[in-house]
Amino acid sequence: MINYASREINCKIVFYGPGLGGKTTNLEYVYGKVSPSTRGKLISLATETERTLFFDFLPVDLGTIRGFKTRFHLYTVPGQVYYNASRKLILKGVDGVVFVADSQAERAEANLESMQNLYDNMAAYGYDLTRMPFVIQYNKRDLPNAAPMADLQAMLNPGWEVTDPSRMRPLADPFRPGEFLVSQLPTGEWVERVPYFEAVAVTGDGVFDTLKAVSKLVLKTLA
Amino acid sequence: MPIGAVTWSFTEGDFGAITITLQRFLYDAKARSALLVDRSGQLVATVGEPPTFDATAFASLTAADFSANDQLARLIGENDFRMLFHQGERESMYLADIARQVILVVLFDNRTTLGLVRLRMKTAVDDLTRVFEGVFARGHTRGDPRGGTRDDPRGGTRDGTRDAAPPGILAGADDEIDRLFQ
Repeated sequence: MINYASREINCKIVFYGPGLGGKTTNLEYVYGKVSPSTRGKLISLATETERTLFFDFLPVDLGTIRGFKTRFHLYTVPGQVYYNASRKLILKGVDGVVFVADSQAERAEANLESMQNLYDNMAAYGYDLTRMPFVIQYNKRDLPNAAPMADLQAMLNPGWEVTDPSRMRPLADPFRPGEFLVSQLPTGEWVERVPYFEAVAVTGDGVFDTLKAVSKLVLKTLA
Repeated sequence: MPIGAVTWSFTEGDFGAITITLQRFLYDAKARSALLVDRSGQLVATVGEPPTFDATAFASLTAADFSANDQLARLIGENDFRMLFHQGERESMYLADIARQVILVVLFDNRTTLGLVRLRMKTAVDDLTRVFEGVFARGHTRGDPRGGTRDDPRGGTRDGTRDAAPPGILAGADDEIDRLFQ
């Protein structure tokens, strides 16, 4: 939302993903690292066992562009399947999405289920996830049972088919030199993947890379 | 299918009309302050006594509160609850839907009564609904500060090529955006 009265650009970023995947940890790390002058309170609506019940919320000021203060509102959703009603509510008005996947091999099914649920909930609002700022974070890369990146990419970021002929050309991934977001498969089909990041949210590895990437994609949609 | 969330902006004229409506309402209802929050949880405007609390957090919780109650309404066979009331010992708040996009939150204390707030609120809600319906109906002149909605900021493909949409508010600011992230 652009508020011309207060000269502010407010953007809503939602961290989505399976339960216990590290969404709240991402926000806690950002909260701990960002100067108190550029962030607000971290609001957590959680159960007594620290599981997110409704959402976590953290506003972060990024700086000023063209005289407009850019403020990002970061939200997490409850990951547990049980809480879909409240999870869906948080997506209302979303400008950018981060899918926080749990890299552990045994969480493969939970990741897939959550990704499908994200597509479904976005579609229910009439939002097309394939055409808005969207990045994937593969969290918990430090764990010994983390699945290989190639497997995770094949499962969660296989790419959707590019149908517009004008876009059937290699598009470099701005966040990973040497890799491409739009590429041609051996079968001849062109596919587009979303940017992805490896992370260890508890130590902060990859947390800001992910946040910067999605924020930048959101601002570029206004350019 | 819209690509993303429908977003919007209002003009200084709209802002003036909103402010006058709310100032008159606060005076008539003897309420302390009024906040307008959009359904995604962002604070749009405050009128009356400036909030002494964290207004950003308040706005996000307000939207969540309203959304959760919408779902509760549906479970019992209602479309929505157009108004919500939260009563405290000294401070209370009344929330009302405006044009299904914005929430009006009125804060009041025991210098007035729920009845008076509710009575005066109806006119204010009607007036604000008219203003906001005008804002939402005004077309799709994306990024025009003089009026119009900033609708569908994602009017293009992921690689930044756009349909024949007018330039956005940050048009040509790519370098500035890049600098923010260095």
